[in-house]
Amino acid sequence: MPQVRHVSARNGDVIVLVGTMKGAFILRSNGARKKWEAGGPYSIGSPVYAMAFDQRKGRRRVWWAQQSFRWGTVLCSTDDYGKTITEPEAYSVKFPTESKLVLKNIWQICLGRPDEPDKLYCGTEPPALFESNDAGTTWSPVQGMLDHPHRPRWVPGGGGMCLHTIVPDHKNPRRMFIAISTGGAYRTDDGGETWQACNKGVRAEFLPEKYPEFGQCVHKIVQHPAKPERLFLQNHWGLYRSDDAGNSWTDIANGVPSDFGFCMAIHPHNPEMVYIVPIESDQYRCTPESKLRVYRTSNAGAKWEPMTHGLPQKNAMETILRDALTTDTCDPAGIYFGTRSGKVYGSSDDGKSWQVLIEGLPPVVCVRAALVGEGATHSPRRRTSAEKKRTTAKKTHKRTPAKRVSNRVKRAVR
Amino acid sequence: MAVTVRIPTYLASLADGQNLLDVSGPSATVSEALDSLWKRHPGLRDRILDEQGEVRQHINIFVGDEAIRFADGLATKVPERAEILIVPAVSGG
Repeated sequence: MPQVRHVSARNGDVIVLVGTMKGAFILRSNGARKKWEAGGPYSIGSPVYAMAFDQRKGRRRVWWAQQSFRWGTVLCSTDDYGKTITEPEAYSVKFPTESKLVLKNIWQICLGRPDEPDKLYCGTEPPALFESNDAGTTWSPVQGMLDHPHRPRWVPGGGGMCLHTIVPDHKNPRRMFIAISTGGAYRTDDGGETWQACNKGVRAEFLPEKYPEFGQCVHKIVQHPAKPERLFLQNHWGLYRSDDAGNSWTDIANGVPSDFGFCMAIHPHNPEMVYIVPIESDQYRCTPESKLRVYRTSNAGAKWEPMTHGLPQKNAMETILRDALTTDTCDPAGIYFGTRSGKVYGSSDDGKSWQVLIEGLPPVVCVRAALVGEGATHSPRRRTSAEKKRTTAKKTHKRTPAKRVSNRVKRAVR
Repeated sequence: MAVTVRIPTYLASLADGQNLLDVSGPSATVSEALDSLWKRHPGLRDRILDEQGEVRQHINIFVGDEAIRFADGLATKVPERAEILIVPAVSGG
């Protein structure tokens, strides 16, 4: 078994959470985001498809979903960056008996809105939306999604049949978007009681009817809190934007080498700026021309440009999965992604240049990032000049190396 | 009725660090024996059974040398002084 290391993070640091097929890692840097240290692995040997960092109410809680093909899937958490881990005795995310469903995996952990500091959501395989109103202690399925009449006609994609994307609307507390592979995008406007398919204009290349009401394989949806009626969507073939809260979608694959891909992220401060990593075809599923290129639009998809500085431009047969691209909330923004070959790349300048943060990991399936000390990770804001000065001062502060301590797992209900 | 359950080391932390657990009592079937086990060590249940009450796909349970999946499942009879063995299946990647 690998030696477990831990990091410690203080306000102003940036952490990058990395879920892999063999455990979770926590990377830490100061605000400069040039030198990184790694903590972990946690849940050694377990696929970790979902991670989240909850800073609301002054927490510093890292969440992750520990999947085991033997023992099932359980939500774990730590309030001290892995030194103490809470794995509940009784699993907290479970399907009710009458559903006849069995939890296979948790694909997404999503914080509630800033004014709902104890709210959490998770998306599961088989596809369902669960919510917690007590900061993750107890969970229950959102019944309107569990009982959705389309459920019998959803089918598995290559990764399974799962609800993998959760986008709570930050202006309308009754509205939320979710995405299912393979089922498509859905929206609720009544707090989860009913869900409408919202896939008009989104292509289903693999079905006889190319533009059905539902059944598309939507891979990721992103939304900027400041402009919630606008959404961007990376499809299993197709790159789209909606300007009417998902009522209709417009193709925006303008200048990308492939409109197939999995991941998508939006800039924390610029609602026009979106990042993707195109993949060549759903047969090959690797970066086109063996070049690792993040594509960025600065004008909501009118044009995409490759961001390649620091990324390999030959012999890079890489795959970046749907949750393996993310941003922090700094200014300039940090952009991060992980590859199936076990590398994590990061940019501290909005994507202009890149460096390897860590390599040699198991296949990366999930990457999340956060500025430690920010009130709410889903409420991005620009740093004040005073905060910038403090970060600059931290650059000269020497940190001691990550301390080696044994990994203690506390199995108890929080 | 004297019955013991042997669990994998991975789960021992949920059973006071013990691998061999006494579930003596009214345990005529595997299901009844496991019910006794959950009462004493509730953390074991969700790791061995799914939320529909079925043995997880990659867990094998034996009564003596007999795998319950080839007998009567959780309704398999448990003889006096039997040992129930819970082991993870040989699978994964």
